[in-house]
Amino acid sequence: MALTSDEVRHVALLARLAMKPEELESYRSQLDDILRYFQMLETIQTDGVPPTNQSVTNHTVMREDKVEPGLDKEDVLANAPRREGDYFRIKAVLE
Amino acid sequence: MQNELYELTIKEARALLDAREVSSVEITKAFIDRIDAVEPRVQAFVKVTPEVAIDQAKNADLAISQGRASLMTGIPLQIKDNMCTKGITTTCSSRMLRDFVPPYSATVVDRLESEHAVVMGKGNMDEFAMGSSTENSAFHSTYNPWDLERVPGGSSGGPAAAVSAGESMGALGSDTGGSIRQPAAFCGVVGMKPTYGLVSRYGLVAFASSLDQIGPITREVTDSAMLLTAISGHDPKDSTSIPVPKQDFTKGLGSGIKGMKIGVPKEYFVDGIDSEVDKATRKAIEVLQSLGASVDWEVSLPSTTYALAVYYIIAPSECSANLARYDGVKYGYSDHSSGSMWSELENTRQQGFGPEVKRRIMLGTYSLSAGYYDAYYLKALKVRTLISEEFSEAFKKYDVLVTPTSPTPAFKMQEKTANPLQMYLSDVLTIPVNIAGLPGISVQCGLSRGLPVGLQIIGPQMGDATILQVAYAYEQATEWHKLRPEI
Repeated sequence: MALTSDEVRHVALLARLAMKPEELESYRSQLDDILRYFQMLETIQTDGVPPTNQSVTNHTVMREDKVEPGLDKEDVLANAPRREGDYFRIKAVLE
Repeated sequence: MQNELYELTIKEARALLDAREVSSVEITKAFIDRIDAVEPRVQAFVKVTPEVAIDQAKNADLAISQGRASLMTGIPLQIKDNMCTKGITTTCSSRMLRDFVPPYSATVVDRLESEHAVVMGKGNMDEFAMGSSTENSAFHSTYNPWDLERVPGGSSGGPAAAVSAGESMGALGSDTGGSIRQPAAFCGVVGMKPTYGLVSRYGLVAFASSLDQIGPITREVTDSAMLLTAISGHDPKDSTSIPVPKQDFTKGLGSGIKGMKIGVPKEYFVDGIDSEVDKATRKAIEVLQSLGASVDWEVSLPSTTYALAVYYIIAPSECSANLARYDGVKYGYSDHSSGSMWSELENTRQQGFGPEVKRRIMLGTYSLSAGYYDAYYLKALKVRTLISEEFSEAFKKYDVLVTPTSPTPAFKMQEKTANPLQMYLSDVLTIPVNIAGLPGISVQCGLSRGLPVGLQIIGPQMGDATILQVAYAYEQATEWHKLRPEI
């Protein structure tokens, strides 16, 4: 089953990527190729096999709750695309 | 023969610096001159930092004169541009981060600075470390010093090319699916991906967090052992960092490989492998045998076939989550042209990311999305278990596994850019190591039509010292590591 343009559009929306029509078609055909390659995984038996998220077995790591200086506020805000005083400025979320 | 200062290995430079026969400032100036001479052709750097380097070299000379020298004191290094350097732009070779100045340094950078290492600049890479040729850099490609019409490999193409061309004595790369070992093989240098968790990832810009690992790129094995010793060890700032005492990887390098058991997994000699790569690898394994190791040529790791598919589900899935942070609000590229919050966010991400990064975000988002999660992501995690178990079984019988690093030597620029899947296949022999969190190292073992060929040595988790020992034994028995590109 080939990947459709509608599916690609939906994925782009989920990923918050604007997409031109010509980009859409090129991603559709490339992703379709790659997804077809993934089909080989259907041939391997994995019933009862647990998933591996991490290759090391560190479990939840705890540490002392020590008070330490954080990052310098000016250094951090210096990277802000839009700033107002000591705040990051953003567009209204609710109009 | 009197070597140029830029031709010194880290080990040689350490001896000269400690004997006060040469200063770090002299060495650093030699590298700045070398960069001036070859960088227009190689383009291994995103940014060269000569003023910072000279200042650091002066501090290093002071530390040496006061008897405070350690392994990396006064040694000029390049840092791949996905590791945060406080006050120096860290771009990930992306338009998204072109002007980003980190407010803190990565733990590896802090450790090098505390040893008074010298930072020559930031290394070019595939954007956000996604790629196998460094052609995905948003700024410029890097050219292979052995043949300027060919790629240096990737994603750490800048660091590998810089070390190969004598623009840096060593470098730090990062390896998610082969991004240290494959370019090291293509550029004829040593590249090591340590056990997952041995080196802190704090301050490494995240691509695929369960696979990413920082490691050294150097000319010789001893240098990699020195650099790994300097950067490794537990870091409370990275919860996946393994809580073990700091280890000196230069100890035991020369203890030989007599009696060691080496396995050669036949699945790594894939269809379409370059015949010279095949030949050079088999010859290298015979050298290891002649040094007293026993070799089993008939090892089988059948799940290897699935590793590439598993990787290209897991890595893009993690990437799609990690790169969700680029929203144009706190830092990075930001589109202000289009009105609403949502359209500015979508335009920021469209314009800030290049094609391969977007392809992987899409692939990962798809694999994680409702209706496909079980078939793709969960399935990949289960096959990951099988691949890891197969390695564990193999390491009950063998001390190390030995394979080619890449099926071919360096390919031509633009040869694979039109077909993403073909590009992905150049990492087919390095990816399984990341999936299982193992250490792997690539050393040069021959030439194919004048281009370097890499030998990959894979160890069990925490077998980093063992693979260094095998790599060192091979290097000392052969002359390949002495070859340098003419540039």
